Amino acid sequence: MAQIELSTIRKSFDGTDVLKGIDFRIEDGEFISLVGPSGCGKSTLLRIIAGLEPQNSGQVHIDGRPVDGIRPSARNLAMVFQSYALYPHLSTFDNIAVPLRMRRLSAIERLPLLGPLLPGRRAKERGIRADITAIAEQLDIAPLLRRKPGQLSGGQRQRVAVGRAMVREPLAFLFDEPLSNLDAKLRVHMRAELAELHRRLKATFVYVTHDQAEAMTMSSRIAVMMGGELIQVGTPAEIYNDPRDIRVAEFIGSPKINILPGRVRKDGGIDVLGSALRLACGATAGECRVGVRPERIDLGTGPFSGSVVHLENLGAEAFVHLAIEGAGLRLIARLADVRHLPAMGSPVAFGFASDAVQVFDPAGKRIPLRAEQSERVREPAHV
Amino acid sequence: MSDGSMTIDAAIVPAGAARRSLPVHGSRRTYAAYALVAPAAALMLVMLLGPLAGVIALSFTDYQLGAPHFSWIGLANYQDLFADKVFWTALRNTLTYVVVVVPGAVIAGLAIALLIQSGTSLRSLYRTIYFLPVMATLIAMAVVWEFMLHPQFGLVNGLLRGAGLPAFAWLQDRSTALYALCAIGIWQAVGFNMVLFLAGLVSIPKQLYEAAEIDGASSGWARFRLVTWPMLGPVTTFVVVISGIRSFQVFDTVHVLTKGGPSKSTEVLIHTMYTEGFEFFRSGYAAAITVVFLVFVLALTLIKSRLADRGVHYT
Repeated sequence: MAQIELSTIRKSFDGTDVLKGIDFRIEDGEFISLVGPSGCGKSTLLRIIAGLEPQNSGQVHIDGRPVDGIRPSARNLAMVFQSYALYPHLSTFDNIAVPLRMRRLSAIERLPLLGPLLPGRRAKERGIRADITAIAEQLDIAPLLRRKPGQLSGGQRQRVAVGRAMVREPLAFLFDEPLSNLDAKLRVHMRAELAELHRRLKATFVYVTHDQAEAMTMSSRIAVMMGGELIQVGTPAEIYNDPRDIRVAEFIGSPKINILPGRVRKDGGIDVLGSALRLACGATAGECRVGVRPERIDLGTGPFSGSVVHLENLGAEAFVHLAIEGAGLRLIARLADVRHLPAMGSPVAFGFASDAVQVFDPAGKRIPLRAEQSERVREPAHV
Repeated sequence: MSDGSMTIDAAIVPAGAARRSLPVHGSRRTYAAYALVAPAAALMLVMLLGPLAGVIALSFTDYQLGAPHFSWIGLANYQDLFADKVFWTALRNTLTYVVVVVPGAVIAGLAIALLIQSGTSLRSLYRTIYFLPVMATLIAMAVVWEFMLHPQFGLVNGLLRGAGLPAFAWLQDRSTALYALCAIGIWQAVGFNMVLFLAGLVSIPKQLYEAAEIDGASSGWARFRLVTWPMLGPVTTFVVVISGIRSFQVFDTVHVLTKGGPSKSTEVLIHTMYTEGFEFFRSGYAAAITVVFLVFVLALTLIKSRLADRGVHYT
């Protein structure tokens, strides 16, 4: 159990800056997800925390102790790799035993023939066996202990890798996209298992993923990274409802947030697709972009109109793809009630509540808003 | 020609027809299968199994190279062979050679591969240097070694004298000649083994080393024991068997440098076979030696395939 503190971490590979000064504090017992598109530096950051990669500048503190220059093996962290990195020649039992044997047995006791003859080795092996049995019970892998990794399914290997990480009670757990090699169904299942594991262990989890759904469903906080920078850190709800940057808004949420071209008028009012919103902001006049989540678009009423070009009916919900004439724009709206789907090609009117709107300036930064008539925010916007 | 047309016939039978009347077409398919196997089988018969059977048959005759007649003499060649002191000396020398060269070449090959792999620059240069002896003709290299090991003006003795150590007549001394040949054998085999080990090392996933490091394997030796050595298992088995078979075949250096001398101290199986077969023209007797040699090589191959069957499941 430990907090991890990163201060101005920089890293470059062959002159390319991968991390551009990351300042970040992971609290004790937190489940934090580092999320971002591939190449944003999230895995590199995790490897720097683990000690597998040295940073060019900046410091890492684990549990208040500076760990720069300390070997990964001495940092007492556990890591679950994307490929699981199980030792293929060792049985499940021996795989989980490796971290314990490395720590509890001396180099001489680990020798193949001589080691087992030494006094004290038997007692230590008994302790190791007891620990592994307990872990195997917890993770439901007790029947698999004698099998080799090659004889296990993806989900089982995943559990063994987690078991190997858990068994020595590390200061923190590092996960490097551990679910991306599993099929979709198993991934959803393992999501719940990992979140449950975190609640039980109350340990610090640092979880790297490119899948925003994993980050949203498991974490206590999400750190969104783009282009080597940390753009926003917050709870899943904060990140989803209150993105500070258009890249965060676009990355989090599936289907993607709808982005409409807008204008900020001289008086601070905002126009979208030729209609004025009942909103105002303090920004200077000019172009802006207006984001509305698919589930906040109300079909049937409103000042805008489009035609249905595609329908995705998932049974419990449906996504309606709308094309807006003249603007060359496509929107996605979520319909909770799949029994009343609009017909393909039919014209549909739509609108959205003014508190559903997120406005971004041309640089992508969020523009703070103030509602013109705050008592009517829930109502669809009119001209 | 008929083979070819049959193959095509079988191939153009519609799948539905084949299913409807399975027995008829089943047997036609069997013919097609045999026809397809035939060229390879014929080649193997003519190039490998035929000569092998010939050699075994020859070992039961008193045939002499160039003689117009021969007669079957049963196991007489083998009786002579097992009663011959030279044969037993040759066998003992060959086994000594194998026992020294195989571990030497395997360990040195692995060590050099690990050094090259852990280095950051000049990798391909080192690879080429260590691989040179494999590419060079061993006969030519043997001549170079003859100069290097020369008692008076050889490089090796020159270095020893420079270091204040006594010089040896390496190839002329009964106690050192075989071991000098072993050293040359190791020198020649190391490059080949190194290349195989390098290929094996490259295929070990890097994440296993990272996992080992995080699991607490902080020393290089611990990581070698935990990851490198077990992951190289299949390669090592292969390298040991290949080195074993090649050392059994040692001939070139013996023939060029010592001719089995001094006083049979470097006499090895293949050299005995060569002397009997091509200098004394006792082809039947030489064939018997070859059969004994083949038994050893076959045993090695069987050991290898047994180990491969038992092999680890790597994914």
